Amino acid sequence: MESKILKVNDLGKQFGGIKAVNGLSFVVKEGHIHGLIGPNGAGKTTTFNLISGFYKPSQGSVRLFDEEISGLGMYRVARKGVIRTFQHSTLFAEMSVLENVLVGTHMMFKPNFLAALIGNERAIRDQAIKRSREVLEFFGLESFTSNLAGELSHGHQRTLGMAVAMASNPKILLLDEPFTGMNPEETQSMMGLMAKLRDSGMTLLLVEHDMTAIMGLCDRITVMNFGKLLTEGKPLEIRNHPDVIEAYLGTRNHAT
Amino acid sequence: MAFIGLLTLVLIALPHGLSYSQREILVVLTINILVVSSYRLLTLTGEWSLGHVVMMGVGAYASALYSKEWGVPVPISMIIGALTAGLVAWGLSFPLFRMKGFYFLIGSFAAGEIIRLLWKRFRDPFGGPKGIKRIDPFPDIDLGFIRIDFFDPVNYYYFTLIIVVLCLVILWRIEKSLIGLTFHAVHWQDKLAESAGVNVRDYRTLALVISSTFAGLAGTLLAHYIGTVNPNGFDIEQMVFVLTWAIVGGTTTLYGPIIGCITLTALNEIVLRELGLEQGRPLIYGLILIVSVLFMPKGLEDVVKRGVAWAQLQIVKERTNGV
Repeated sequence: MESKILKVNDLGKQFGGIKAVNGLSFVVKEGHIHGLIGPNGAGKTTTFNLISGFYKPSQGSVRLFDEEISGLGMYRVARKGVIRTFQHSTLFAEMSVLENVLVGTHMMFKPNFLAALIGNERAIRDQAIKRSREVLEFFGLESFTSNLAGELSHGHQRTLGMAVAMASNPKILLLDEPFTGMNPEETQSMMGLMAKLRDSGMTLLLVEHDMTAIMGLCDRITVMNFGKLLTEGKPLEIRNHPDVIEAYLGTRNHAT
Repeated sequence: MAFIGLLTLVLIALPHGLSYSQREILVVLTINILVVSSYRLLTLTGEWSLGHVVMMGVGAYASALYSKEWGVPVPISMIIGALTAGLVAWGLSFPLFRMKGFYFLIGSFAAGEIIRLLWKRFRDPFGGPKGIKRIDPFPDIDLGFIRIDFFDPVNYYYFTLIIVVLCLVILWRIEKSLIGLTFHAVHWQDKLAESAGVNVRDYRTLALVISSTFAGLAGTLLAHYIGTVNPNGFDIEQMVFVLTWAIVGGTTTLYGPIIGCITLTALNEIVLRELGLEQGRPLIYGLILIVSVLFMPKGLEDVVKRGVAWAQLQIVKERTNGV
């Protein structure tokens, strides 16, 4: 019953002479939280940028269900239903929280130039605002609606980033290091939100450093090293996998 | 409401308290308000252009040529002239929006200079360096009982005022719509906007085309009033004035650039003319720009905002004292 939503096949990206990602393949199943981990410089973020259309791959393919989406460009990939968040707090800091989420509903409620001109935008605008309020409520941000996004705490800013992404009702959500810079409580509540999203049927692919969060949350984990697939499996398998331990901590020989 | 009523009265009464030459300046000021307000729409997407005044010129030249060469009636030639400016902007958007920020600024300057050089180079149809003369004026309106002669600056001022107010309403609506919100989004975080499915390039192009169309309309208003256009009327010096109005006024509100334009024009026409310092206009504008950036970085609009907040506070205080 679990269909494969995202298929990454033999994906590669070369920057000059450096192969940042080299022949990477993995599959994300619908309704899963899938983790993508690896030591610094393993090519996780590059992979992310390849999937979301930020970079064009030098080789290989990314398929959403059975549709090729690699190399389409970011807004086209987004229109297919693959929405990403960014590292750090990338938000419209000078706009209100509600306006931030309204931009997220851009694809569902297309602005109409003619309607804007004759001042007849009410209906579509009301729907967009309704949708935005629902999303804000889901993420527990409804009390900040009219605050400026830049005024929020770090944890809330990250949550808002997810809310903006979710506002477009994506098929799969790509989260780029969602736990960076968070304190334990914020991490806990963020994990709760992600579990809640999965329970509502959303598929998540996250790149992360925070091992506790990854191990506690993911259904499946893909481990990368030097731009290649190291191994893949359930959290417990990954935790005890000798290659993974070696990649993170070095070999026994180095230790002694 | 009371404020709008009062403003309307002032705007209607204004030309009657002025001399003939001041009335002519008033017409140009009204047109310039449209130029700087349309410029602001482009700045909403975060891009600053140096080709805006040239776009105004494209509208002016186009409308002048349509009416003079092809015999298109003036009101219609003005509309087609404005649309021509929009079309030219659309064409230019393809090379220009491969660039962003500073590069776009320089690119827009280069594109504008190319258009200006084309006007200078080709005597036919653009008239070369001397431009086009004896452009058909806006036709008189004969309603039987009353005849409106648009050669009279007061009448032309009313006509321009109506057009400009209409345009400002349209610009206001665009800004307050979801399209305007998307413009802001493109300005503050184009990558995040793109990841929400916004075609950033299309929205930048839309802003450029709309702002150029309105600039073109302003150009046609000017051309059919003064009856002549030439390449030097739309050179970089004029562009610097528009930039100065926008920066001194501030660009976060619709009224900011308008205040900037009115204040600096009043300063120019009243103070400098009285003192006989007109030759020093670029120097003094430069000085004003530096001083305002140093001491009033948020522009005159911020002064207005603070003034309004202060006034509201006084009213609240008075009420609480009364109770």
